[in-house]
Amino acid sequence: MTRLDGPLSWSGRARAYAAKSKIYRVRHYLDHAATTPMRAAAIEAMAAQQQLVGNASSLHTSGRAARRVVEESRESIAGAIGCRPSEVVFTSGGTESDNLAIQGTFAARRDAGRVRLLVSAIEHHAVLDCVDFLVAHEGAKVTWLDCDASGVVHPETVQRAVEEDPDSVALVSLMWANNEVGTVQDVAAAAAVAHEFGIPLHTDAVQALGHLPLDVASSDVDLMSLTGHKVGGPVGVGALVLKRSATIVPLSHGGGQERGVRSGTLDVAAIRAFAVAVDAAARELLSESSRLVGLRDWLISGAMALGYDIEAGGTWVAGDATTRLPGNAHLIVPGCEGDSLLYLLDAAGIECSTGSACQAGVPQPSHVLLAMGLTEQRARGALRVTLGHTSTSDDVEAFLGALPAAVERARRAAGSR
Amino acid sequence: MRVVAAMSGGVDSAVAASRMVEAGHEVVGVHLALSQNAATLRESARGCCTIEDAGDARRVADVLGIPFYVWDMATRFRRDVVDDFVAEYAAGRTPNPCLRCNEKIKFAALLDKALALGFDAVATGHYAQVVETPGGRRELHRAVDPAKDQSYVLGVLDAAQLARSFFPLGDTTKPEIREEARARGFFVASKPDSHDVCFIADGDTKGWLTARLGEQPGDIVDADGAVVGRHTGAYSYTVGQRRGLGLAKDTLDGEPRYVLQVEASTNTVVIGTRDLLGVDAVTGSHARWCGPPPEGVISVGAQVRAHGEEVPATAWADGEVVHVRLDERVRGVAPGQSVVLYDGTRVVGSATITDAALSTRPKP
Repeated sequence: MTRLDGPLSWSGRARAYAAKSKIYRVRHYLDHAATTPMRAAAIEAMAAQQQLVGNASSLHTSGRAARRVVEESRESIAGAIGCRPSEVVFTSGGTESDNLAIQGTFAARRDAGRVRLLVSAIEHHAVLDCVDFLVAHEGAKVTWLDCDASGVVHPETVQRAVEEDPDSVALVSLMWANNEVGTVQDVAAAAAVAHEFGIPLHTDAVQALGHLPLDVASSDVDLMSLTGHKVGGPVGVGALVLKRSATIVPLSHGGGQERGVRSGTLDVAAIRAFAVAVDAAARELLSESSRLVGLRDWLISGAMALGYDIEAGGTWVAGDATTRLPGNAHLIVPGCEGDSLLYLLDAAGIECSTGSACQAGVPQPSHVLLAMGLTEQRARGALRVTLGHTSTSDDVEAFLGALPAAVERARRAAGSR
Repeated sequence: MRVVAAMSGGVDSAVAASRMVEAGHEVVGVHLALSQNAATLRESARGCCTIEDAGDARRVADVLGIPFYVWDMATRFRRDVVDDFVAEYAAGRTPNPCLRCNEKIKFAALLDKALALGFDAVATGHYAQVVETPGGRRELHRAVDPAKDQSYVLGVLDAAQLARSFFPLGDTTKPEIREEARARGFFVASKPDSHDVCFIADGDTKGWLTARLGEQPGDIVDADGAVVGRHTGAYSYTVGQRRGLGLAKDTLDGEPRYVLQVEASTNTVVIGTRDLLGVDAVTGSHARWCGPPPEGVISVGAQVRAHGEEVPATAWADGEVVHVRLDERVRGVAPGQSVVLYDGTRVVGSATITDAALSTRPKP
């Protein structure tokens, strides 16, 4: 996707400077895993709903109309992911869904001595830090589930961890697809292992929604986190799929909305836009998936062919859309600092990411890559390039065109340290 | 030119960056993450590496419409500035961490990275002036505001570093900079000045050092070597220090005593009366020249500590060693500090003080 100017609120002077400096020229947005542009239909639906008044909990006509929009959205999303509408609990996004799933399940199951959390080492920080909090303050214990060199957590690993002491386990949490290296897990197999022992399984499917076929019923997961803004919906809305068999204790208390587990006035406009985005993504999932796989494979193989010993992180099989997210290209560039590459590509109009979490604006060596066995040195040269619904071959071409100069400069900068 | 503006989040670097933009340079704002624990939010502007400071710098960059990044130099900062700070105190010297940071981080690690990434120079909010001679050489001069002049902590820069450095604030006073920041609409205009050592959050240097070096009880002796008291670590004393000696008043004659010397090897603090504190012969190592090294004996002004008075002196270089003979006695000259030599407002060079004595008095 290309965009020509800066933020709308810029002062005239800043805008003039931006034009003069050519810093904000044509942009190639290749960071769809961070957030993807809102779909036009979702913007339209959101704007239309925002014209209307109505609290979905009110009993009068406007309230009922708002509630109807919420329930239609719920049904639409449930249809797209293969669950019952009543199993969809709207939240503010992925982080809240992860916290509600993990803290809520832990609180519901701890009384019977089930205080152990089985969590993969490559989860998003919304899961990891939530677990750390429970360990530090609530008496939880954690067994980290290791992954292999391509980021796969094997069902046998889950099995072994459960069998250490099955009666002590509160929850297994395994993400559907990794946000950094794009590796897709066999969540259904992990759920089968957990269920043998009567243990519920949570999956963070934030990156998978709209990119991989998700089916709650056949995968048999008990809790699933989703968010709107990775599929072309707005930021600030998401859902926790909560099977009727799953019991959680709410984190916030109040008006009793959403089955009493997530109180708070519903954001009707955002929910409607979320549903519109999920519907659009679901409709074009097959065609879009093969289109993105084509662009992804070109990007990865093109980068590897540049002669800088660049390697693909995670599992990569050309043409395959089942073991790696279709839009995820993850590159390990030896001898570079990821943040130097990020700056140089940004200056050249290419927007991507190092993939790892930032602390006060500083990218930290990725816990995912370290868990996969990479050295800290190699992990520092990670670059995550992610494609989405607005990506075109122009973007890939621009990236591959800008990469050599960026790598050479970044290597000089690394050498100067 | 393509310039990295180092932006601490304070008012000075904000105005420096905006002046570089207005001069027509292509400017990118860079905030250095120097703290090992970047996730701390502190209320005061003591340091320059809290989340709040990074956020303030980011907002100024937004107003200027320039790109902004945070560069992680925490490991280098710990090694070259913090560890050095501890080691210097442990060796009985009194380091200047701001000077070390300029030498090793801002005009070395940062400048090197900037040059490697395709920039031409680094601009900071230091109060100093770079004057280009008709021959094209760049000279470092004092700022016009004597109260804010920071040429002392920049005296370690050599000609190659100066050639790549901009100090856009040197021709302006601090009140004028605050006024300019207000006029530009920077909300950091009234942010308090940073002070003390940025990595010691509560300003308690002695407590901070003790936590790292442990208590090391030892003797406080007078100039004749007689034991007059005890201390918990010679490393936390500085030459010229009067307070905190913990002496029982009645054992002395009632005259104030000052630290004359810190002997790390014997963990001894030597104290004496004020008249024993004056020195006029200063020796320094690690000489740095902002241009060609001087030949023979030169007449200079010498400054032996930050915010200290400049004293007329003569100096001569002997390789890496510099000898300075002050025309008048100066009190409280601490090894580890720098002696910076001036010719008028121009910085000639600097050296790290290794020894200070009175030329007419035999050493104790």
